[in-house]
Order: sequence, then structure tokens, then C-alpha cells
Amino acid sequence: MNKLLEVKNVVKKFNTGGLFSNKKLTAVNDVSFTLDKNKPEIFTIIGESGSGKTTLARMILGLETTTHGEILHEGKRVDGNANRSTRMNFMRSVQPVFQNPFEAFNPLKKIDQYLVSTTKELLQIEDDEEVKTIIDDNLQKVGLSHAEIMGRYPHELSGGQLQRTAIARALICNPSLLVADEPVSMVDASLKMSIVNLLQSLRDDFGVNVIYITHDLATAYYISDRIIIMQKGLVVEMGPARPILDDPKHPYSQLLKASVLSIADAGNGQLAPATDLIEIVNRNEGQIGKMRTYEDTRQVREYS
Amino acid sequence: MSDVLTVNKLKAYYIMNYFGTKREVRAVDNVSLTIRKNEIYGIAGESSSGKTSLIKVFAAAMRPPFEIVDGDIKFDFGDVKIDPYAEDKSKVDALRWSHFSYIMQGSMSVLNPVRKIGKTFEDFALKPMGVSKAAFKPLVIEHLEKLKLSPDILNSYPHELSGGMRQRVTIALATVCRPKFIIADEPTTALDVVVQKEVLSMIRGIQQEMGSSVVFVTHDMSVHANITDRIGIFYAGRLVEEGPTKLMFEQPKHPYTYHLVSSIPRIGDTQRRTSLEGKPPSLATPPNGCRFHPRCPIATDKCSQENPELIDIGQGRRVACFHSDKVKPLAEAIQ
Repeated sequence: MNKLLEVKNVVKKFNTGGLFSNKKLTAVNDVSFTLDKNKPEIFTIIGESGSGKTTLARMILGLETTTHGEILHEGKRVDGNANRSTRMNFMRSVQPVFQNPFEAFNPLKKIDQYLVSTTKELLQIEDDEEVKTIIDDNLQKVGLSHAEIMGRYPHELSGGQLQRTAIARALICNPSLLVADEPVSMVDASLKMSIVNLLQSLRDDFGVNVIYITHDLATAYYISDRIIIMQKGLVVEMGPARPILDDPKHPYSQLLKASVLSIADAGNGQLAPATDLIEIVNRNEGQIGKMRTYEDTRQVREYS
Repeated sequence: MSDVLTVNKLKAYYIMNYFGTKREVRAVDNVSLTIRKNEIYGIAGESSSGKTSLIKVFAAAMRPPFEIVDGDIKFDFGDVKIDPYAEDKSKVDALRWSHFSYIMQGSMSVLNPVRKIGKTFEDFALKPMGVSKAAFKPLVIEHLEKLKLSPDILNSYPHELSGGMRQRVTIALATVCRPKFIIADEPTTALDVVVQKEVLSMIRGIQQEMGSSVVFVTHDMSVHANITDRIGIFYAGRLVEEGPTKLMFEQPKHPYTYHLVSSIPRIGDTQRRTSLEGKPPSLATPPNGCRFHPRCPIATDKCSQENPELIDIGQGRRVACFHSDKVKPLAEAIQ
């Protein structure tokens, strides 16, 4: 197996409270997984706010150092303290897509400046014609064209177009991994599925691995190959996406699934919270327990 | 009469007139609707569909350059009937919070960060309730207990509470005077799924207990499916379809509603979903005819020239589309 990304027993602790306080908050607690270079997949991280999913993504992107454990990209350590040249190499291979496309782009800068500077910086290409062809190729991949984007400011595009441009920018250097942190939560309802379908086509047509971070179980079910479900920094269930979401084993995963609002019985108000599950989840919260492997390769955290 | 709010052919535009250039943004364009007593009316629409502008009109919170161009709006609270724009502003202000109130989206910016929750309750509700300070506190505690909130929160500051708890406090705050009409603007959008469900069931519970009407604004169709009695779908400043929630999800008559409902992915279903082409139109330069026609899969020449009227099609439904008979029922697709 050719390992693209290896996350080994990663722990992240933050100091909380004042300057002299000794309180620690464990945002990510002992997370491990591996992505295969030859088998592109959509790897989904599910969790509520405060579950550590964004901290994990920031550590993978090298924006945050790890407290313990290591993150290896093609066998080399990448977390935080690498020097500029290794960092540039890493950035050519791993690219982010952020949550809010309206905040990701400077409103006073034309969109194409981002595309041009990424091409020039990361691919070291100076010839303007060549830059233009590369940008156009990548905009085609996301269903946009050069003419639609050039010379436009962010406010002139819709949220869906902006998010697709953000993905096109990330694709310029042919990355092998895309880290997408809640890429659809700020996009209009009628355009949401175009972004989700795009992530799927990146995997199928261009062989890009995608780490898809979300709290939306339905889109996760729709596109993911594998998922991990995180609760307060701990992975509670990980493995193949559809079997897990069809039949979750951990009480927290069951609670998440039970809380998804269904449209199957519209107008009849299915709003009663799953109080029994909430109780079990609260009782187990904070316990470490042990991961148990099931027959269908999934791992579930169990408490004695 | 059983309607709390009657809106008739309302047109409210943002009118800007600077340096000799006049610009109109038609945020609310010819909207007629009624909100009945004791119902949750859902308003669905994307960003820039005019839904926030519409509730600004309802709440009598309009500021220039936003103004009513035509049409009228009437509240009937049972004991008071009022047209908020014809009456004196002080009369409308006297009804605020006691007769109509709002649950807002950003619970952090609604609650004053340097005042304890108990003080915030006094700031908002003491005057509309018209009781003395000594009598006020037991009333608030009684109300909190009804909502299954601990009275201890009155002594905490907003930053000490979690997001879900703060949102529950804003709901308690908006309902403490038992208003007849409540506007809820995306109250659960920023919340996690588990908390979202609890907050929604709390809104539903208090609405049924008080028998008030709630206008519930959100772009999330699965929230609408579970909390509302009727839904109005807005597109580019116009009401394009309205009807009972169940029928809207099973047999949408407008192609835009059809798209919104059919594109929701669900667990256990791997069928491919697609998005509409194009983007929501700018309200400053809306397309001619039906505003949805550039993105509509079944549009014809007629759609690009004439504007379809909102017509009654029975079963309490209204739709603005020339080709509503061509929209397929969804009942089997979402089973």
C-alpha cells in the first residue's frame, strides 16, 4: 500500500483560561487513519461543533502543530515545523477548501488574481499564456469557464460559483489530496448539490483524495467511501460509510442519525428528541473505552 | 376572523437616488398572504430571495432606503387591530414584544454580553408586561420552568452558556409575554443537529401551548418539513408557491419547489441529485417575465415575456407558474 497520508495517534491540547492557567482542553484525542494514494476516496469526518474535526483538518494542513503523534505525508513529517521548501512541496500536494467562500476571497481583489498567483507561485510558471491555459483547464474541471471568472470581483459571483472557483484554485497544482472543511454549509440550497457532485467527480475522474469535513449525515452518505465520527475529540466509530450510516453501532452515532430531520413524513412534525440516546451518550461522555473491530471492518468505541 | 396577519399586494423596494441615478431593488414584489391563528407558517427561500426584507416589513422595522411602495398590511391580535404603517409609531412600539416578538438568529448578538440573563429579561420584557419588578421575577421563573430551563440561568452571563442554551434563552425571551405573533428568523441555522432538534421541538411546544402564530424563516427544507403547517416559497422577491406542508413535499406544483424538495439527499438513498444551473437573479436587475425562467427546465417563450400570477389551485394552495400541470408529483420519489 502506497500511503498518501498517515495520521498516527494524533493528540492536540489547547491551553484554556488565562495566561497562567494550567487548564488543558483536549481538542483531538488519539486519532489515527491512513489514506491510500492509489485508491482515491472521499474520507469524511463527521462531528458537531467542538468535536475537533476542524482542528484535525488544520493539523493535516500544517496550520496547527500536534501535541503528540505525527502526521506523515508520503512518508515525511509535515506537521507545523517544516521549512519553506518542504512546505511548498507539501502545498503542491495538499490543498484546502474553506467553509465560507465569501470570506475566503478578499472582496477588493479580483478572483483571477488568486488563480494567477497560485499558478505562478506553486507551479513556477511565468509565461502568461501558459498560466491562462492552466487556469482555464482547471476552471473547466469545476464546470466554469475563463470568461465567466476573469475580471470579476467576489460579490459578482454566486456562492456556488465562488466555492467552485475555490476548488479550481486548489486543483491548479494537481494536488493528490483536498481538505474540504464544510464546503457546502454556506452555499445556497439550489446550488449545494453541484458542489457535492463536484467532489465526487474529482475522486472518480481526476483521482483526487478528498477529506470531507461536515456535520451533514445525508451528504456524507451520498458521497463518502469511509467515515469517522468524532465526539469531543475522540473517534467513536470509523469504517465504511454506508454500512455505518445505515446501521450505526455507537450510541453517539445513533443519536446523530436519529437527530437528522427527515422529509419522508412532511407536515407531521417528527420533533421528539431521542432522550434515551442522549442519556446514554451523556453517561459515556469523557470515558476512553476501547475500539472494537467488527466483521465489516468498522471500529466502534466500547465502554466496559 | 381567524387571520393574525393579512398582507395584500405588498410591494416594498429599496429605493436609492444618488447623484441623479435612481436604483430600485424590488425585494418584496407583489406579495399577498395571510397568517392564520395558531399555525407555523414557513418562509423558504435562498439568499437574496427577499425573505429577510419581508419579515422586516412584518416587524415594522423598516429603515430608509427600504420603503413600502404599494399594498397594505394589517395585524389582528384579537384585542387590537392595527395597520403598523398607518398608525403612529408610538402605538406600534407599545405592541412590540407584548403582541408580536422575534426570535433572532445570532443569539450571541441579541443577548447583551455584559448583563446577566435576568437583567436582559428585565430590559426586554418588564415594560411590555406592565407588572412591578417584584412580580416580574416569579413570572419569568414560571415561564422558564415551562420551557424546562433552570432558573439558575438568570444569574449567568451569555458567554457562560452554550450556543444551544443561548438560543433557548432567546426563545424564552421572545415568548415570555405570550405574544400572539412571533417571527423566527433562522433560529436553528447555527446549531448542531442534536441541539437543533431539541430547539425546534421547544418552539413547536411553546407555540402549541400559547396558540400563537409563528412565521418561521429558514432555507433548510428539512426543517420546514418537520415544524411548519404551511409553507410559502419565495424566489427573487416573489411568492411562487404556497400550500400545506405535506402537499408541498408530495406534489410540488412549481418547478423551483420541485427542485428544492427533490435535491435533498437522504440516508439510505444513493440516487444521484443535481443542482439547478445558473444562480439566483439579482433583485436590482431581475429577468423579465417569470423570474425563474432562466433556470427553469420546463420554461417556454411565454415564461420569458409574461409574469405568471399567483393563482388558487384548490386544497389551500396557490402557485405562480404557467406550466404547473407539467410538474411531476414527488410522492413516490421521497417514500
